[in-house]
Amino acid sequence: MKLTRTLLGATAVAALTAGAAWAEPALIYDLGGKFDKSFNEMAYTGAMRWAEETGMEFRDIELQSETQREQAIRRFAEAGYNPVVMTGFSMATPLEVVAADYPDTTFVIIDGVVDLPNVRSVLFAEQEGSYLVGMAAGMATESNTVSFVGGMDVPLIRAFACGYAQGAHAANPDVNVIVNYTGTTPAAWNDPVRGSEITAAQISQGSDVVFAAAGGTGVGVLQRAVDDGILSIGVDSNQNYLHPGQVLTSMMKRVDNAVFDAFTSGPEMETGVHVMNLQSGGVGWALDEHNESLITQEMRDALAAAEASISSGELVVHDYRSDNTCPYSVE
Amino acid sequence: MKTMPKWADVLLVPLISLLIAFALSALVILAIGEDPIRAMELMVTGSLGSTYGWGYTLYYTTNFLLTGLAVSIAFQAKLFNIGGEGQAMIGGLGVALVCLFIPWPNWWLAIVAAILASALFGAMWAAIPAWLQAKAGSHIVITTIMFNFIAASLMNYLLSHVLRPTTSMDPATARFDNVLRLPRLHDILGLVGIDFSRSGPANIMLFIALAFCVLAYVLLWRTRLGFEIRAFGQSEAAAHYAGISSFKIIMVAMLISGALAGTMAVNSVMGGPQRLVMNAVEGAGFIGIAVALMGRSHPIGIIAPALLFGFLFQGGSELAIETSIPRDMIVIIQALVIMFTGALDNMVRRPLELLFLALRRRA
Repeated sequence: MKLTRTLLGATAVAALTAGAAWAEPALIYDLGGKFDKSFNEMAYTGAMRWAEETGMEFRDIELQSETQREQAIRRFAEAGYNPVVMTGFSMATPLEVVAADYPDTTFVIIDGVVDLPNVRSVLFAEQEGSYLVGMAAGMATESNTVSFVGGMDVPLIRAFACGYAQGAHAANPDVNVIVNYTGTTPAAWNDPVRGSEITAAQISQGSDVVFAAAGGTGVGVLQRAVDDGILSIGVDSNQNYLHPGQVLTSMMKRVDNAVFDAFTSGPEMETGVHVMNLQSGGVGWALDEHNESLITQEMRDALAAAEASISSGELVVHDYRSDNTCPYSVE
Repeated sequence: MKTMPKWADVLLVPLISLLIAFALSALVILAIGEDPIRAMELMVTGSLGSTYGWGYTLYYTTNFLLTGLAVSIAFQAKLFNIGGEGQAMIGGLGVALVCLFIPWPNWWLAIVAAILASALFGAMWAAIPAWLQAKAGSHIVITTIMFNFIAASLMNYLLSHVLRPTTSMDPATARFDNVLRLPRLHDILGLVGIDFSRSGPANIMLFIALAFCVLAYVLLWRTRLGFEIRAFGQSEAAAHYAGISSFKIIMVAMLISGALAGTMAVNSVMGGPQRLVMNAVEGAGFIGIAVALMGRSHPIGIIAPALLFGFLFQGGSELAIETSIPRDMIVIIQALVIMFTGALDNMVRRPLELLFLALRRRA
């Protein structure tokens, strides 16, 4: 029995090594959906860019429920896809199990950490990008009230809120920052109706700039902001184009670069924890033809100065995740 | 009066319904520009073509066996238990509590405790609608549906606020100790020298579920209680005249039903991901209704439909990976199967009965 297993194992390894040259990469989107105009769509954009540049193909799947995570990862690993890239912190626990079972496959998790030799964990310094858009919000507001709509209430999203509040206060000491979250379950990533309701409540409290860090829910936030004539800030993808002239800017989280890089490096990539911050171009704020009229020269100068001091390490934006606290209330 | 031979009733009717459902699904797949034959091939190879596929197919089958059995037993007493979903969720809570907070020395003590706990929790969740039906006359269909929503909200709260480990962002419990890992088909079949994929989560609960089917058969057809349940289901007035307490039958049938739905969670929590995640039931409570309808609410009759839905579930997820057929389309296919085998049963049965009558007259 033991011998058979060793033999079978050896054949499997041989098959995998032989297949390494042509192994297709695979991409798994977490709940929220591939076309959420935000986080997952950014991953898709990166994968498509890779496919267009190389002429090669990749496989992807959208999850429908929490229980499918392990099966989806396992399925791709079993079928020989390599590397297998997945988005979202919820993938960490199932990946821990599967990655140990398939030591010859390289896995990449975005927004989560799995400490195994065949896993690359990509983390972003969301607080830095959020700080910059928070500054823009603090300067753009006329009512001295800005707001934040988070998706699921988890430390990751609180890090967005905390960075945003710090930036807003840095640019405008009199500012009041209202913070709300859509929910405590993954359904909060894909609930535009609720996002719109929360935004309406924030507007009635005086907010005139709203930042949505809520995946697909953000679509409803941005729509409500347009309907009620206030400014909004998009997240992850550059969402300025959704409502030209009415989206102040977008906090870019370059998930596309993370996926592109993983696909390009292939199975032989360097594993371990990769932090993508402002300095390495992992996060930033979007300026294009859709919002250039909204961003004043004063804002540009202030943001450029802040970018320089964050990159040089002179200014450290507090990361909520480091100690689960924030200098401003993000409850 | 019997218009059809038994084999036609048991085999021909569901088979024809199934064929119609598949034919309609093929049209739907054609309409979105995919090849239905290739889709069918993918579903079959993905779910039955390898031991890896079987590992998942049988895992889902186990879920549907238990929820199907739960619906069947209640239905024998003409109680339509739509609450299998909620009862299984709460059953999952029982499994998680037992597995997380008691340091078990080995898996078999733990599984016994987990089965008892999940059955107890599931039965408790069914007890309230049952009592309301028996005493207050609230319709069991409505109350059990409502209890599904209450269970879902309760689990949302518990998983995101109470049971979530402080270091984790995912609303799920911590992973159970590895000692509690249930033997999977790989381990069990390995004992008799059959090589089975390590990956599939089908586990010892499959055999326990099958044993429950046999026990349920014995209960329904070989015991006094079973006779009372069936008599009550056939005619409440006659049962009452015979001195059978309707309160007792409603309570007992629903408690057994809830307990069986609850034990489904042992498979989907302890057997699968080894932790309690959100949506751990994945609609199995509702699929159990279709399984029971197809199996004519017979504890042995539901085995084949449970396998069919296991195949559809696993084949469906394979289809989602291998083709650009969206997952929603797979839900449509499953819905068509449910509709034709369950709801539109008479559409096939009537013409068949007429056909058999005509044949008999000619003979």
